[in-house]
Amino acid sequence: MGMSATSRNAWASLLAASGISLVAACATQSPMAAAPAAAEPQAGVAAPFASTYQAPDQGAPVLIRNATILTGTGTRIDAGDLLLERGRIRAIGSGLMAPTGAIVIDASGRWVTPGLIDVHSHLGVYPSPGVRAHSDGNEATDPVTAGVWAEHSLWPQDPGFQRALEGGVTAMQLLPGSANLIGGRGVTVKNVWATTYQAMKFPGAPQGLKMACGENPKRVYGGRQRPPATRMGNVAGYRQAFADAQDYMEQWKEYEAKLAVHESKAKPDATAPKPPKRDLRLETLAAAMQGELLVHNHCYRADEMGIMLDLAREFGFRIAAFHHGVEAYKLANRLAEEGVCGALWADWWGFKLEAWDSVQENLAMVDAPPGGCAIVHSDSSEGIQRLNQEAAKAMTRGLRAGLAIAPERAIRWVTANPAKSLGILEQTGTLEPGKMADVVIWSGDPFSVYALADQVYVDGVLRHDRADPAARPRSDFEL
Amino acid sequence: MSGTSRRLPAILLASLAACAAGSAASAQDLLIRNARVHTASAAGTLANADVLVRGGRIAALGPGLAAPAGATVIDAGGRALTPGLFGGLTQIGVEEVSLEPATVDEEVTLTAPAWQHQWRPEFDVTRAFNPRSALAAVARVEGVTWTMVSPLSSTSLIAGQGGAALLDGGYDAVQPGSRTLFVHWGATAAAASGGSRAAQFMLLDQAIREVREPATAGEGALLQPEGRAALKSYLAGGRVVFRAERASDIRQVIAYAQRHGMKPVIAGGDEAWLVARELAAADVPVILNALDNLPASFDRLGARLDNARILHEAGVRIAFSTGDGHMARKNRQLAGNAVAHGLPWEAALAAVTSSAADIFGIGADRGRIEAGKIADLVLWSGDPLEVTTVAEQVWIAGQAVAMRSRQTELRDRYLELLRSNGAK
Repeated sequence: MGMSATSRNAWASLLAASGISLVAACATQSPMAAAPAAAEPQAGVAAPFASTYQAPDQGAPVLIRNATILTGTGTRIDAGDLLLERGRIRAIGSGLMAPTGAIVIDASGRWVTPGLIDVHSHLGVYPSPGVRAHSDGNEATDPVTAGVWAEHSLWPQDPGFQRALEGGVTAMQLLPGSANLIGGRGVTVKNVWATTYQAMKFPGAPQGLKMACGENPKRVYGGRQRPPATRMGNVAGYRQAFADAQDYMEQWKEYEAKLAVHESKAKPDATAPKPPKRDLRLETLAAAMQGELLVHNHCYRADEMGIMLDLAREFGFRIAAFHHGVEAYKLANRLAEEGVCGALWADWWGFKLEAWDSVQENLAMVDAPPGGCAIVHSDSSEGIQRLNQEAAKAMTRGLRAGLAIAPERAIRWVTANPAKSLGILEQTGTLEPGKMADVVIWSGDPFSVYALADQVYVDGVLRHDRADPAARPRSDFEL
Repeated sequence: MSGTSRRLPAILLASLAACAAGSAASAQDLLIRNARVHTASAAGTLANADVLVRGGRIAALGPGLAAPAGATVIDAGGRALTPGLFGGLTQIGVEEVSLEPATVDEEVTLTAPAWQHQWRPEFDVTRAFNPRSALAAVARVEGVTWTMVSPLSSTSLIAGQGGAALLDGGYDAVQPGSRTLFVHWGATAAAASGGSRAAQFMLLDQAIREVREPATAGEGALLQPEGRAALKSYLAGGRVVFRAERASDIRQVIAYAQRHGMKPVIAGGDEAWLVARELAAADVPVILNALDNLPASFDRLGARLDNARILHEAGVRIAFSTGDGHMARKNRQLAGNAVAHGLPWEAALAAVTSSAADIFGIGADRGRIEAGKIADLVLWSGDPLEVTTVAEQVWIAGQAVAMRSRQTELRDRYLELLRSNGAK
């Protein structure tokens, strides 16, 4: 679960109190940067790597008529209408009037959902073809590489983006891999064809911070006779890194205090205090502790999730979601109570021991408690094309186990819930007036293996039309 | 679904609790009434049909069959009945946890460097098959009744031999007539051939010469005497799976295999659609993953979702495989997706039942619902290729299998905890 607006503001106050707003503003483009405490970056320094994506605010309105609509808010509307205008959802309901000049689509017999969102993808950072030169997803040179940003590895020409679009995916988080305890920052993008990644970057979306439990870090580094070689080594590694970041925050706080004294003197009698040297690794960890980065934690086993929840408490950060939580069902009530999402596969298992205790009811069980937040994620260039089918399988297993899950609820696993965990639910993830017009028209019930995405809109722009292959985006690589 | 039919698996379980999967003895007579029988044969689909099973084989098929005295009678309530499904080319029974070498038996690596070492076509991975593998039960309860246990190799072009294994939990699972040699080809086999796919022909030429003219097999020979004998059997019409993706490789492999008396099967075949006519003309089947549509490597630039449809329309026999034993149950999802991309439904079902059985030499006994065939059957909650459908009951050789696996045990334990608010 992402931070609520309230908790964000609370974090913002904390940030101000800690006196390192300057660091934060220079380091990120998260919504935090818009919060009062962090609103003013250093004079003359623009936020680096900012989004250049421009949502259109013109073009003909689109009225989709007579569809079965799953809104993503838990509601189903039969014979519903949806009006898209100037890149936004304008209205949803029945019997909507077509504005002048609107394109009217008869969607009788078809289904409409929000654009699907994948919280865990490596498209662009492990692109197709999977050749050595494309292995850009794991900076596996140190167990803590918090200073790296996945977006700086992102190849926008990955043909996987287009395939995902054909599967109805309109936004996704691209993460560093899981070789490291702390692998770096993730980025959320709109699934639009572009030459630079900045033109894909989801405006205003907070960055993620990738952390990994268990076998991968200890295998990668233990195999090189370096720490960590064990799970206890993993935990010591996280703790030392965050402890270092606390010290770093303290240095900035002291500097800010000295600076304040210096500036308060009418006639400064000495040179201004020297700021501490920026450390990109510690800056990222500090940002996570300040709530600016949403922590996405690769963690399979329930017992390790329990450890990470304690670790998060020790250092004052929140975990947005446990990814690959094959054992999340063992801890479903606790996850719901703590407001942590489970980003899960429907049924993938067994490739390593921490993926041994899989059940096909995992998503449904994580969804079940009050406040439960289940997310279907892919971690796969194939899986991201069929998030709807994965949700369908998990929904079916839930039903068979006596957990009543209607399609209008299960669709949230691939729309609203991932949006929430990415901190973008206020902009997308449901079909509500005012939100981004990220919309899929399916040829039929999206919980059927036979359903295909007929049309996919991103911010109201038709980006995929199954009836018009010539209009599909095509990677340079595929020419 | 009616209340009665929903209860059916539970009733079966209760009455057949003693029948552990794997006890092949004395199958009770069984009459499945009122099923939508997808025969996977020329008879197609029969609505409201009955299937009578006696002594583990299908004795009769048709409407209104009489139940023999003492037979178990199941009312299918119009639901779908199919042959047991093919799980693909997998390592079920020879691999538990992929990343734990102590649980992995699918590959033999004797010496290094790779391309200098002796090849071992005599390596028969089915000898390591463990019918009690956790993967077998996980696949079985989803309707997967058999798989091709397949060797892999990263150090030799010839991975070794595999065969069809029944997932009934029994020790005599490997099926006669299903023995197959597995050969890696193309870029993925580069490490096993000194870095060039041209050398793959060079090395195979050498191995075949060693078989045909043993006297030439001096120092630096690729094969041991056992290996020569093993490979020889495949040069006389034996079935050889070539794992190849690129169209040009597939064409070369067809010609090469035919020249040397092998019966080739292409596995992978992402670009097979480009050479569909050649494959059809040579009657070379293709085992493919119907979800492959990315240029995942330079051998696979032509991958597309309607590969299966194009091959089928050209008359090429196809079967599906995820290649992942843990995910053998996903094979029918591949079939469903192939239908979504143009493959006729009956052809998609055949690609996970009868076609696969024919390709791997067990089609005379298994893979279809017709009189005389062994009764490997699955009763489904709905359309068998649909992702919202589950297997309600599975029979292998007429025996109802216990619909339980380690995964269902975990589910039941934690569902109870979840409901009592104890899952913390």
